[in-house]
Amino acid sequence: MGARRWSGVVKVASLLAAAGLWQLLTVTDARLWLTFDRLPTLDEIAGEAARRLATSVFYLDLLQSLVRILTGFGLAAVAGLAVGIAVARSPHTRDVVLPLLEALRPIPAIALVPVAILLFPTDEQGIVFITFVAAFFPIMVSTRHAVRALPTLWEDAVKTLGGGRRHVLWNVVLPGILPGLFGGLSVGMGVAWICVISAEMISGEFGVGYRTWQSYTLVDYPAVIVGMITIGLLGWLTSAAIELIGRKATRWLPRAEGSTA
Amino acid sequence: MTTLAQRTTTAEAQAGLGFHLEALSLGYSRDLVLREIELEVVPGEVLVIVGSSGSGKSTLLRSLAGLLRPYSGRVLAGGAEVAATSGDRAMVFQDDGLLPWRTVRRNVELPLRIRRIPRRERAAAAHAWIGRVGLAGSEDKLPRELSGGMRQRVQLARALVGAPRAVLMDEPFGALDAQTRAQMQRLLLDVLRDTRATVVFVTHDVDEALLLADRVVVLERQGIRSVIEVPGPRDPDADRGELRARILEEL
Repeated sequence: MGARRWSGVVKVASLLAAAGLWQLLTVTDARLWLTFDRLPTLDEIAGEAARRLATSVFYLDLLQSLVRILTGFGLAAVAGLAVGIAVARSPHTRDVVLPLLEALRPIPAIALVPVAILLFPTDEQGIVFITFVAAFFPIMVSTRHAVRALPTLWEDAVKTLGGGRRHVLWNVVLPGILPGLFGGLSVGMGVAWICVISAEMISGEFGVGYRTWQSYTLVDYPAVIVGMITIGLLGWLTSAAIELIGRKATRWLPRAEGSTA
Repeated sequence: MTTLAQRTTTAEAQAGLGFHLEALSLGYSRDLVLREIELEVVPGEVLVIVGSSGSGKSTLLRSLAGLLRPYSGRVLAGGAEVAATSGDRAMVFQDDGLLPWRTVRRNVELPLRIRRIPRRERAAAAHAWIGRVGLAGSEDKLPRELSGGMRQRVQLARALVGAPRAVLMDEPFGALDAQTRAQMQRLLLDVLRDTRATVVFVTHDVDEALLLADRVVVLERQGIRSVIEVPGPRDPDADRGELRARILEEL
């Protein structure tokens, strides 16, 4: 058996083992130190999932959460990139903007919920705002570090070929920071999901986070688990998409021989 | 009418750029690398700068390129003070000067893109130069797929494709093995025959200096120790034992 296939078998077996353990603990209503007696079994979860998948509300929730996260994250990607480059390349911008950003950065985005509610006319915009803030900082910081880590040699080369600031930006800075930027985008997407789901739980009508919390208050535990699984899958899919795009965009990077990671 | 490809690969290139260094000091106030040097670089000549490491060879070259401002004094290029970089003074670096995300073709086309040369003309000129440096067939490779010698061939093509009036070369063959280095020196001599560009070439290899130079400048302790004329013709087999001994003594 090839190493690749073996690795695939191990991955599937690991997931199956975790599911089996869950089933064992919930079917037997295990009351160890942790209590599993109120948690749904796999068949209850599967039944609930099948019911949910047949409703249009499920897809509306999905769509709503995706629109929120993609809007917030998309804005954060553009703003984080622009601010990160400006701060790294212009000492003047750095002096004006950085103290403010550094003061705001330690505040968890989710702590901005009260401000968002006061600030924006609708909950919808507030949720997008929180998602934006959450994703902005990792993207901005990683962009800034990536710009500063660029070897000056490439910039010198473009300049001595007749290039000006604009050419350096397009031909050196933007392509050169891609490896670092995608790291930031990946982290940004992760925290964006945390924040969009949390914000939906606090305020909002529709959305996977809202539905999951609502199911909990209605004591519909299988639906809570279905919501959690949905959130997990969405987060995983969006991260994988970023990973894939990042790898395509940085094909020029030297890679270790035979590396598949 | 000649195409850009013809223009840049044949002798129709513009006349070389002369440099005039006036009481030039480079470095920082307490830590001057070069102090009040005077030097004339004749249009079209190959001037090789030698000196031990730390003698300011690369620093001097960077000031000619416009990458480094003088601490005091002036650098004139073609009679005008050098205030910034220019495509007229193309630079070739020791290693890794290529943009790693651009293929060979796109690296070579870069100076023409910067000048907004139309796509078709750009492609033809790049194609001609890639062939000229012996890399036909490697147009779509990325720098990481090339050997050190091949990368320097690309740098050479990229520097010359825009027909600059001066080429500034900072130990371009310093990282290559002896055999590749000899090949590259031959290629450079060959290519230079077709251009009227002034070449300022930095090396710490005296034999390389004697092979390529019209004149050799020996740098030492913040200044110019001597300027030595190398009588032509350039010939890898010429015996230059006497000159060699003289330069080694100066170093």
